[in-house]
Amino acid sequence: MIALLILLIPLLGGIISFGAGTNKKLVSLVFTFSTALLLTLVLLALTCFKQPALSAFSAPWLQGVGSSFSLSLDPLASVLCLLTAIVYFLLALYMLEKPIERSAAFYGWLLLAQAGMMGVFLATDGLLFYFFWELALIPMYFLSSIWGGPRRIAVTFKFFIYTFLGSVLLLAGLIYLQSLTPEKSFALDALLKVKLTTAQQSWLLWLLLPAFAIKLPMFPFHTWQPDTYEEAPTPVTLVLSAVMVKMGILGILRWLLPIFPIAAYQWGDVIMGLSIAGIVYASLIAWRQDDLKRLVAYSSIAHIGLMTAAAFAANVTSLQGLCFQLFSHGINILGMWLLVDLIERNTGTRKISALGGIAQHSPVLTIFMLIIALANIALPLTNGFVGELLMFTGLLATKSNYFLVLTVAAGLGIILSAVYTLGMIRSVFFGQPNSVTAQPITLSLLEQLVLLIIVVLILFFGFFPQPLLDVTAQYTDQLFRQVDISYLFRKF
Amino acid sequence: MNALLVSALWGVIMMFSGIAIKRAATIRTIALIGIAILLGLNLAELQGWQLVSIDTTGMLQFETYSLLFNTIILAAVLCYVMISGSAMEKIGNNLSDYLALLFFIICGMLMVSAFESLLMLFLGIEIITIPLYILTGSDKKNLKSNEASLKYFLLGAFSSGILLMGIALVYGARGSFALTSVADSIRLSSSLLVSGMLLLMIAMAFKVSAAPFHFWTPDVYDGAPTVFTSFMATVVKVAVFAAFVRLFDRSFALQLSTWQWWVAVLAALTMLVGNVTAVFQQSVKRMLSYSSIAQAGFMLLAVYAMNTAAKEGLLLYAAAYSLATIGIFAVLTRMKDYSFEAFNGMAGRYPWVAAALAIFFLSLAGIPLTGGFLAKFYMIKAALGMSLWLALFALIMAAVSVYYYFRVIQAMYFKPVTQPEPLVFDNLFTAQLLVMALSVVVLGLFPEWLIGLLYF
Repeated sequence: MIALLILLIPLLGGIISFGAGTNKKLVSLVFTFSTALLLTLVLLALTCFKQPALSAFSAPWLQGVGSSFSLSLDPLASVLCLLTAIVYFLLALYMLEKPIERSAAFYGWLLLAQAGMMGVFLATDGLLFYFFWELALIPMYFLSSIWGGPRRIAVTFKFFIYTFLGSVLLLAGLIYLQSLTPEKSFALDALLKVKLTTAQQSWLLWLLLPAFAIKLPMFPFHTWQPDTYEEAPTPVTLVLSAVMVKMGILGILRWLLPIFPIAAYQWGDVIMGLSIAGIVYASLIAWRQDDLKRLVAYSSIAHIGLMTAAAFAANVTSLQGLCFQLFSHGINILGMWLLVDLIERNTGTRKISALGGIAQHSPVLTIFMLIIALANIALPLTNGFVGELLMFTGLLATKSNYFLVLTVAAGLGIILSAVYTLGMIRSVFFGQPNSVTAQPITLSLLEQLVLLIIVVLILFFGFFPQPLLDVTAQYTDQLFRQVDISYLFRKF
Repeated sequence: MNALLVSALWGVIMMFSGIAIKRAATIRTIALIGIAILLGLNLAELQGWQLVSIDTTGMLQFETYSLLFNTIILAAVLCYVMISGSAMEKIGNNLSDYLALLFFIICGMLMVSAFESLLMLFLGIEIITIPLYILTGSDKKNLKSNEASLKYFLLGAFSSGILLMGIALVYGARGSFALTSVADSIRLSSSLLVSGMLLLMIAMAFKVSAAPFHFWTPDVYDGAPTVFTSFMATVVKVAVFAAFVRLFDRSFALQLSTWQWWVAVLAALTMLVGNVTAVFQQSVKRMLSYSSIAQAGFMLLAVYAMNTAAKEGLLLYAAAYSLATIGIFAVLTRMKDYSFEAFNGMAGRYPWVAAALAIFFLSLAGIPLTGGFLAKFYMIKAALGMSLWLALFALIMAAVSVYYYFRVIQAMYFKPVTQPEPLVFDNLFTAQLLVMALSVVVLGLFPEWLIGLLYF
């Protein structure tokens, strides 16, 4: 029942927002209220109402093709729903005082996107999953194409065609998988039980993986990402990179690894190799970027690359780290985007070469930036450290023959991430202020509150990761119970 | 059966109504009443109630599937006349004649969804196409319309010849026109039967404009008055598909292994040609003609797979595709310029019309939550059981189709207005359009009520 509510609140919010029309006050009130309500609900679901009867929901729908409307708030879904709820709530607070053109449609689409993403996280039926997967895309398409930068139409279209191509392959894979189940059902449980030969597993893996790889994006499917992140309006970029990217990881964790364990292991080296090549490649490009948004975009590819590699490392530690990082990456990148947006709003430029010396006049902003950036490069005592440490430990322990090469290359990526992040901070915040940065950037109370919450979350989970790790441990236990992957290790 | 009789009768009534009545609105109302009666009779027959029952000596047989198909066809015609009826007046002074021809076409369509004899198939197809030649050329002062009509007539007559030749050969092999007379034939794959069957397939491919027999389609659809293009590209095409499926399902089921391969090639080629050519079009009307070829390729998957899922899917496809395309063409009839630029900034000026159009295009592209998605889903599901490659190819082609459908959405929503002169969309028109868009969404959410009917 709670799962259904998590889906319905943003959906209704979105519809009301569209209906509110020109009443801008009402629209931002609806947005804030709906996101706050959702956050409260998710927090309650994680703390007080943990009974499984409350968290799952199922209703008959499209029985003719073996599909049903079933949702479940399992541990993995709850981490992601919590992240989405927090990101949206903070975004709502941040945007409360900022005017935006045609705000009714803007917030309406944002809330519909939230509903779509929640659906992706919660769905436990293949066809339903695909439905939400597509539905989350449409609002993003409209948001970036209407409110984006000058090249928005072409860039967003590229993004759309790219992801749609991935989706149709996903659909083909799901239909094929369903036709192999004895009871012709799309339910996750039925798909998990189906007996597949190694060849079938490989086939299906490569039908499903492109959709997830494009969404992530994984090297070499990433070419849409920097352009789209740059051209989309910052609130949309933020949702794309903090939350939507996680749809790809969730796809891998829920619809790939448990169903095709053998193929995932067989192709693990290839996929890990691509992901880690992506880390090094994206980090090198990020180093040479002069645009703040592009820099963060490329750094996001690098971070996601590490997460993808961890997903295929096939051991508990890396999966634990990955689930933890799912959450902390969302929080950190949210902070990064908000800061980029603040700088752009106040100085009118995103060019690193044009900025400099912001620290002299705006110390508060600089302190926030420093903490968030350090979390982004995974310094100890920040939340980023916990996830990356676990993922690296996992990568080193992976059964791959190339584990050392892979881990060293991934480590190089992390060093590079420190290089370009700190380099960016040096040239943007330190040195002598110029004409662009002569005016101090003052933060409003709300902006300070939002950044403060982010910093508190970063430090809290940096010091006490255990509460979240307990939740993710439930997921990894569940995964290893679902699949008997012990045979994977017998090979060695 | 009853609907068939009444449709022919009502055609005659329409013809004479032009003499007595001069007001266009009245004539239109009479036509609407006629279609409503047909729909009612058809629904009554679905419940097993008949006004008169006539012995057709096994030439026609209206079973549940064909009655359901007729329901969809008639409902689509009803939508069509309601929303585009007023645009017919602008073509010439003979509104009552156009509507009379429309009723004759309906008569033919009801025939081809229920034929049991090859003769009835030929008769039905001819009843459909001959009025269409006239309607294509109805814009008498327009050179393009005349050219289209002549082209259509020549090629249509040619393909009818092939159809007749095929029927003759099959008759030669079997000694009967009946669809189910396979048992009588001594050899199942005599060269006479196989060549007859291939000729029939080519003729049907001509009529549904499958590649490589599609060359007439873009010119005819482009040249014909937009109102009638809308009718040809949707309802008529869907009805001929019903005939295609029925013919090969009933008559050539035993030769499945012979023709299935050919249909797969036809389907793949049609999707490729339709989708790739549509990408390069500069006029929305022409793009829609190529898109109708591409959609025909998808529907051919039903002929290819020929199982229960395929037939269910074809029903859904017929409904979703017809509704969406009729809606888009209805808007086109009210525009003077058919280029993509003419749609620029439509969302700002006519938000409701743009929203309905967006839903129609999303449905044609096969985005979830619309009828078009589930229709494509059923087709893919049916084809996947037979051949993974064909299904994958179809899906990739569906992704290509997103490109040209979304160009219109982009123009409407993301580009500034470039055409200063306003278009006229009255409230009734907008409301009808929205109801149609809503039904596309309902079909996408609850297709079961349509398919569930099959089992009652």
